[in-house]
Amino acid sequence: MSQQSAFSSPGFDFSNSVRNNFLQEKGMPLPKATSTGTTIVGCLFKDGIILGADTRATEGEIIADKNCEKIHYITESIRCCGAGTAADTEFTTASISSNMELHALSTGRKPRVVTVMTMLKQYLFQYQGHVGAALVLGGVDSTGPHLFTIHPHGSTDKLPYVTMGSGSLAAMAVFESSWKPNMERNEALALVSAAVSAGIFNDLGSGSNVDACIITATQTEMLRNFVKPNERVEKERHYTFRRGTTAWKSENIRDLIVNEDITLVGATGDAMDIS
Amino acid sequence: MNRLKSGEVNLGTSIMAVQFDKGVVIGADSRTTTGSYIANRVTDKLTHVHDRIYCCRSGSAADTQAVADIVHNYLQLYTQIHGAHPPVSSAAGMFQDICYDNKDALSAGIIVAGWDKEVGPSVYNIPLGGGLFRQPWAIGGSGSTYVYGYCDATYQDGWGRDETVEFVKNTLSLAMARDGSSGGVIRMCVITEDGVERLFVPGDKLPKFWEGREVLSGPVKKSVEPAAMAIE
Repeated sequence: MSQQSAFSSPGFDFSNSVRNNFLQEKGMPLPKATSTGTTIVGCLFKDGIILGADTRATEGEIIADKNCEKIHYITESIRCCGAGTAADTEFTTASISSNMELHALSTGRKPRVVTVMTMLKQYLFQYQGHVGAALVLGGVDSTGPHLFTIHPHGSTDKLPYVTMGSGSLAAMAVFESSWKPNMERNEALALVSAAVSAGIFNDLGSGSNVDACIITATQTEMLRNFVKPNERVEKERHYTFRRGTTAWKSENIRDLIVNEDITLVGATGDAMDIS
Repeated sequence: MNRLKSGEVNLGTSIMAVQFDKGVVIGADSRTTTGSYIANRVTDKLTHVHDRIYCCRSGSAADTQAVADIVHNYLQLYTQIHGAHPPVSSAAGMFQDICYDNKDALSAGIIVAGWDKEVGPSVYNIPLGGGLFRQPWAIGGSGSTYVYGYCDATYQDGWGRDETVEFVKNTLSLAMARDGSSGGVIRMCVITEDGVERLFVPGDKLPKFWEGREVLSGPVKKSVEPAAMAIE
């Protein structure tokens, strides 16, 4: 057990690894971190950026969440898709979002995508790849629309179309065959949809629905579950049991509240004590 | 221990910088890989650290971006503090300090090149261990190993701008043809007293060398020209 100290040292606390190694030796398997297997994409079009993501979160071979949200809020006009370890993407984006709000108040200016990118890359580089967050960052600011990809070790690329996650190869194939500059909104949305769908159907780590987010200079539109190509079919039979299926022999109802004493807190009960 | 960690993005790469009378020409390929997947096929590996000082990055993308950002910051401070543009040797020294002091944690091969008033053009090579070597021309990255012979045989002192650009273009094209971790397009910068000129050679317009056509189809046939129409 680690010592409680008045001054907490910065960085990761690895004291649990001793316990984990011991348990592993005894035969207890390590629990698998929830990973967002994932297909996340971003695409530049005439009026701004469209981000897309699937909605499957996996814990090893099990699907932990069939409809999770992978497009995270950073600021009004900046969003970030996250692949990799779900907790890492969730907390990293939330932390930078909080810092960006303070930064915007401090500078008095609308937040810029490059600022978010620099904050994210410097944080991830500091942790040398141990924070497993692979991000697609996109947004529109005073300098125009920007789209970045950020890898867990802290390297970034600035591109007009990007894909990340286990389904990235399937999605990139769609982009490489059909992306062109200055697309209209409908075209671009259809392309993003097709790219994420390619990941959903061809990658086991991705699945369920397509989320999309359209960011332009004037507004940001979040299209949650834009396409639902995996809805469960209606079951052919009804499996509910009618009342009375199970017979009972005796009934005993007990009140769980045995004895109740009500004491008002404060000398004068509800009224404010100004004595 | 400079090996890339698993999953780390790698600037496989062919980079080079060559000095000529009025300035330097720097060039790089555009491929960034994660294992065998090309994460970015149009990367810009020629990074601005000052108005007349650029660096070519090879090795780990994350490490080289971080180091270049730090040196860029230092050089902005230098300019404000000294009220003058920093010499290329100072920039190279800053790179060297970071690369040498953190040699165990970093995987970065950097070529620093630029122009300054006192010395004129200069090229500094900083390979993996963090040593600093001033050279008239320098090549680096995984693709460079294939073109040492070509460069040694071709380089001449006293070239002008155009000959130097040709040399860089041809060298990189040869390296990209043989190295799997290099490819895409050629990006070049010509840095002189007057400014920085960016040049771009798309992947389908790369200089061609031996392509092995004769191996499959026998000796090269002369193309048959249509006979001129005889008008009596």
